[in-house]
Amino acid sequence: MTTITVNGSAHEVAVDPTTPLLYWLRDALGLNGAKYGCGLGQCGACTVVVEGEAVMSCVVPVVALDGKHVTTLEGLGTADAPGPLQRAFIDEQAAQCGFCIPGMIMRAEALLARRPDASDAEIRATLQTNLCRCGTHMRILKAVRRGADAMRAASPPAARPVRLGDAR
Amino acid sequence: MARRSLLVSLAALVVIGVGGAAAALAWHPALPPAERPAAASFDPALVKRGATLAALGNCAGCHSAPGRPPLAGGLPVETPFGAVYASNITPDTEAGIGHWSEAAFRRAMRDGVDRDGRNLYPAFPYNHYTLVTDDDDAALYAYLMTREAADSAVPSPALPFPLNVRAVMAGWNLLFFRPGTYAPDPARGPDWNRGAYLVEGLGHCGACHTPHGPLGEEKAGEHLAGGAAEGWTAYALNGASPAPVPWTVDAMALYLRHGWQAEHGVARGPMALVTANLGRVPEADARAMATYLVSLMGRGAEPAPPAAKPGLPPASAGSQVAVAAGNGRGAALYAGACASCHEAGRALPYGGLALALSTALHAPDPTNLVVVTLHGLAAPVGAGGPIMPGFAGALDDDDLAALLSYLRGDIAKAPAWPDLPATIRRVRARDATLVASDGTGTAPADPQVRIAR
Repeated sequence: MTTITVNGSAHEVAVDPTTPLLYWLRDALGLNGAKYGCGLGQCGACTVVVEGEAVMSCVVPVVALDGKHVTTLEGLGTADAPGPLQRAFIDEQAAQCGFCIPGMIMRAEALLARRPDASDAEIRATLQTNLCRCGTHMRILKAVRRGADAMRAASPPAARPVRLGDAR
Repeated sequence: MARRSLLVSLAALVVIGVGGAAAALAWHPALPPAERPAAASFDPALVKRGATLAALGNCAGCHSAPGRPPLAGGLPVETPFGAVYASNITPDTEAGIGHWSEAAFRRAMRDGVDRDGRNLYPAFPYNHYTLVTDDDDAALYAYLMTREAADSAVPSPALPFPLNVRAVMAGWNLLFFRPGTYAPDPARGPDWNRGAYLVEGLGHCGACHTPHGPLGEEKAGEHLAGGAAEGWTAYALNGASPAPVPWTVDAMALYLRHGWQAEHGVARGPMALVTANLGRVPEADARAMATYLVSLMGRGAEPAPPAAKPGLPPASAGSQVAVAAGNGRGAALYAGACASCHEAGRALPYGGLALALSTALHAPDPTNLVVVTLHGLAAPVGAGGPIMPGFAGALDDDDLAALLSYLRGDIAKAPAWPDLPATIRRVRARDATLVASDGTGTAPADPQVRIAR
C-alpha cells in the first residue's frame, strides 16, 4: 500500500498507481489549492512541493510518492491565518483570476526555503516554468519579493526551522 | 656507470632534438599591428556573407558569454586539462582583434597562431578552420571587423605546466594538426563537396561528434563516431548513428535548419544553439551538409523504407490520453508521467515525440535521456519551441532507473544500459550546480537571447 504524507498527515493511497498526484489531492483529499491547467506539465498551475522540490503534480503518478512528504497550498496557512508568502500575495493583490497563483506560491515557497536570500533574477528564473494568462507577472514578482523579505525579517536564516517536508 | 651516462646522454640528445624541432615549428613571427579598418571600408555584400559564415561556424556559441557584449569572449571552454577562455573577437584594439590585419586573421584560422605569433589552443578548432578558403576568411574578417567593439578583457587560460606554455602546442600540432584548405573530391558532386567543406571546416562538427583522445585530439580512425559536449552525448554521425529511423537528406536538412524533425525529435543542449544558427543559413547549404552527413551514415538520398519505422500511436484530438499501464513500476511511471504527452499523437515540435522514435533511447549511452528526464527541455527564451517539465524533484534515483530501464527495454527493445544507475547519480550531481547557476540549464534556441541574458 502506498502511503503519502500531505501537509503533515499520512494517507494511504487507494487509487490506481498511475493516477496523477493532482487528481488524488483534489478528488480523494479535497485539497483544491493545486489546479488542473494543461495536464501536460507545461503551465505550472498544479505545482506542489515534494520533499522540498517544486513539482508539477499533474504529471507525477502517486506510485512515485510512497513514503514522501507533500506540501500543498493548504499547508502554508488558512484564510484566517495565511502564511507569510500567502500574506504577501494578498498585500500585493497579485491575483487577477487567481488560477495560477497556488502554483506560483508553491514554486516560490520551495525556492525561498532553499535560498532565503534569493535575488530578483533567481526568482524570475525559477518562476519561468509557471504561466499566468492574466499578465499579473509584475505583481507576482513583487509579492514574492515582499514575502521573502518578510520571512527573512521574521527569522534570520540561521534561526529558521526547516518549513517544508514537515516531519523531516 | 659509463653505459648509464651514455643512455642519459642519448636521451638528452633525443629530447633536445624533438624539442628543437618543436621549437622551430613553434616559432611564428609577430605580424605588424594594422590600423583598425573603418567599418565603411568593407563591401556590405561581403559583410553579409561573413554573417552567414559566422552562423555556420557558430562563432557566437563560444565567443559570446552571458552578461558580456556579443563576441567579446570570456566563456570558459572546459577541457580535460583546465578551462580555456574564448577570446574577444570584436574589433576593439586593446581587448579584441582591432589591430589584426586580414593576413593575421587568416593565419589564425589556417595555422592556429595569433597576431603576436603565439600558438592558440586547439579549443579554438583551427584543425577544422584550416580548411576554410581565403575568400571565406575574408568574408568572416569583414563581418567581425564591422561588429561593435567591446573592451571586455578575457581571463588567462587556467592550465597547468607545461600546457600553460603556448609553444608546447607546437608538439601537439606536430602530432595531430595537418594545415591546408579543403581539397574537393572529384569523384563526388558539388553538393557533397560543399557539404564536406562546411561540415569538416567551418562547421567543425567533429569537435563534438568525434571522440577525443588523451591529449584532447580527435581520435584518428573514429571520425564522427560519437563524442561529448558540455555534459551531453554528441551522437555518432557515421554508420554507427543510433537513430532508429535512418536519416534522409530531406530529414537532416530540415533538422539542421529548424532544430526538430518529426521522426527524430528536437535538438537540445549545445545542439540547440547550432541549429538556431543554421536557421539563418541558405537552405542549399543545410542541404549540402545533410547530403554529406547522410552519405557518411552509409545511405543515399532515398527515403527509408516504411517497414523500418517503429509503430506510431494513433493521433489524438485532445491532450489527454489514457494508457493501459504495462507490468512493473517503470511501466506505471511511464503511464503516469510520460504518456500524456508522448502518446498523445500531437505533431512535433509542440507534441511529445513517440519514444519508439527517440535517438536517446537507442543510443549506446543513457546520458542524454537522463539529462532530459531530470531537467526537462526549458522553453526557449523569446521564441516558440518544444518544452518538457523536468522530473528531478518528482522521481528519485530508483524510480528514474526503473522508468528509463522500461523505456530502454520495452519501448526501444534494446539491451539494458549497464551504467544507468551510475549515470543517473553523475548527471544529478553535476547538473544541480548547472541548473542553479543558469536557471534553466538549457541554452535558448536563439543565440542572440543567450548573448543578452
